[in-house]
Amino acid sequence: MRNLETSTEKAPKPKKEKEPVVEWLLAAGHRACSGCGEALGAKLVMDAAGPNTYVATATGCLEVFSTPYPESAWRMPWIHSLFENSAAVASGIEASLIAQGRDKDVNIIAQGGDGGTADIGIGCLSGMLERGHNILYVCYDNEAYMNTGVQRSGLTPFDARTSTSPSGKLSWGNKTNKKDLPAIAAAHHIPYVATATVGYPNDLMAKVKKALSIRGPKYIQVHVPCPLGWIHPSDMTIEVAKLAVLTGLIPIYEMENGVVTKVRKIGKNRRPAEEYLKVQGRFRHLFAKGADAEEELEKIRQIAEANIKRFGLV
Amino acid sequence: MARPIGTYSKPGSSKANKTGSWRTEKPVFLHDKCTDCRICVIVCPDGIIFGADKIYDPDYDYCKGCGICAKECPVDDIKMVPEVR
Repeated sequence: MRNLETSTEKAPKPKKEKEPVVEWLLAAGHRACSGCGEALGAKLVMDAAGPNTYVATATGCLEVFSTPYPESAWRMPWIHSLFENSAAVASGIEASLIAQGRDKDVNIIAQGGDGGTADIGIGCLSGMLERGHNILYVCYDNEAYMNTGVQRSGLTPFDARTSTSPSGKLSWGNKTNKKDLPAIAAAHHIPYVATATVGYPNDLMAKVKKALSIRGPKYIQVHVPCPLGWIHPSDMTIEVAKLAVLTGLIPIYEMENGVVTKVRKIGKNRRPAEEYLKVQGRFRHLFAKGADAEEELEKIRQIAEANIKRFGLV
Repeated sequence: MARPIGTYSKPGSSKANKTGSWRTEKPVFLHDKCTDCRICVIVCPDGIIFGADKIYDPDYDYCKGCGICAKECPVDDIKMVPEVR
């Protein structure tokens, strides 16, 4: 086993191209499930932002698994207040740093899960974007309230089974479509909006770095698979995240000043929507024997088709 | 006397909690075909794969055995074996 201490002690060797791996800014020992996409997303975002970062986090899985009292997995100044107000707390941090003259070379990140962003925290998020604070808001979108037992949220996709939108004789799961939150953020005329996924980690880190180099409010939505709520094996996290992109169900793009400037093209790698749905237990009812699910599958195919048309993914 | 509002804890103190006991399968790094691409280092949700120069190993004190590294390794240099205690 090599860890940080031993690998830096053996440094006197002539320098190779790559430095030894050092510890990440999100420390190990946190209580995320094995294979957690959100933990992976947070780890990548924090390392892209660097140690000079203030972080405000909404209630949710991310807050609960990273800070069981008296421990904390964060290696930077970090605060949690309530479910709805991570954006407002971050606004206060920014205002205070400006008043103290300490706002140079400092990043401020507000973050939350999809529930804390799209449903409960959307008021505070909207206020933060509207007032023009120099803050990056990161939404970890695992498509339901995973921490409290997989209840549906505004970002749960169509026909997904959750504990409050169960599938059965009278229901195909979640009746509503995924809320278009990046478009809502962009409607505040902010300089930078992007979607990313843990399936493409380098793309995610590059987007965080780019966002932090821009002044003003920024919004990034990171698609993070949840093995517990989506019901897939823990080693499939990256694969499921990639399939979501390749089927066209999760478009990956960048918007600057309200205009889509960059899109991750799928091209020839496009996969049918069923491939993404089949690997997840939350869509299993669409493939059950004897179920008349073809109509529902067609609706999901239409969603993918609409995304592909809208962003020109192929 | 100044009193902090709420609770606070030391940065990175979660390392006191060794999550390695959660594991049912453990990744074994074969150090055979490694191409130094570092995909395993990046995709580990706990960030506990360390090393350099084609010799990488997980910190078994914290490895939860999710198997992402073995699945994503492009040259299949990581093997999952059942944990025996």
